[in-house]
Amino acid sequence: MATDTKSTPDFDASKVAEIHQHLHSHLPSESALRVKALETLLVDKGLVNPKTIDAWIEAYTEEIGPKRGAMVVAKAWCDPEYKARLMRDAPAAIDELGFLGKATAHLKVVENTDEVHNLVVCTLCSCYPFSILGIAPPWYKAAAYRSRAVRDPRGVLSEFGIDLDVDIEVHVWDSTAELRYLVLPQRPAGTEDMSEEELAGLVSRNSMIGTDRDLGENIEDDG
Amino acid sequence: MDDPKSRLLKPLASVDGQPAFDEPWQAEVLAIADTLVQNGLFSASAWSDALGEALKQSQSSGASDNQETYYQCVLNALEGLVASHSDIDQQAMTGKRKDWEQAYLSTPHGQPVNLKTEQQA
Repeated sequence: MATDTKSTPDFDASKVAEIHQHLHSHLPSESALRVKALETLLVDKGLVNPKTIDAWIEAYTEEIGPKRGAMVVAKAWCDPEYKARLMRDAPAAIDELGFLGKATAHLKVVENTDEVHNLVVCTLCSCYPFSILGIAPPWYKAAAYRSRAVRDPRGVLSEFGIDLDVDIEVHVWDSTAELRYLVLPQRPAGTEDMSEEELAGLVSRNSMIGTDRDLGENIEDDG
Repeated sequence: MDDPKSRLLKPLASVDGQPAFDEPWQAEVLAIADTLVQNGLFSASAWSDALGEALKQSQSSGASDNQETYYQCVLNALEGLVASHSDIDQQAMTGKRKDWEQAYLSTPHGQPVNLKTEQQA
């Protein structure tokens, strides 16, 4: 084997390697290529419409998010009759606001009180009422949350800054594809003069999953 | 009072506020899965079972507990369900994936990447 020949400089070899690497740097990741392959095949078979996929992505990255859930909560705080309907038949009450989606077709609302704190999880995968809360946050999908929310709910809550009194019961709700949950957090004290819209601004996404509790902390002090 | 074990598990709250998708393919794969449930190719329960199984397998294989892993499980589950609920098999997926790779490699940088149709297949 020639190891040192000036007539075949390794310039070419390194250039080739560089070009090769350059090309690869524009190559999408393995997962991205597999998704592209899957989508192409499904579109070719008429099983999905690419416009539907684009519209879904646009809706869930730009439009549909926890604001919808917050509006439901604020309305329930302001209107006792609406709250009664929400507790009795959540999908119908959510539909009144025009937010009903397939993921909320079977939804139960669980209410926080002075004595009870509710926490929602999906121990199997990541079932979540995404048509009113948007896409689930990274921690909701993590194995650590899915296992620990049931085993050690107070420990999980503590990580999120909630140190519950021992006399407050924690109810953990395990979501499934057939039944998902939304927590109705408590209305903070001192918000009697706030409009429904202002109240919705206090409602955090996490409070509707149960990893936030005291929404009074979100009131801006104009004082 | 923090025991070392619970400190190890701390990243839960530390990822709060991070985006739900790190890369476009993650949104695409979830969009496809949800659309196929809506279109009735498979049921919401079948989807939840398949994703749950993929997550369980990944966890027992020691994969990192992060969003990348989660969406890879979404992709694995989806490929499996598509293979069992349509006439698109794993071989077709692998073949099409290679076609896309070739299309990227043979398209000059900066130009739109298009898959060559039929005659290549």
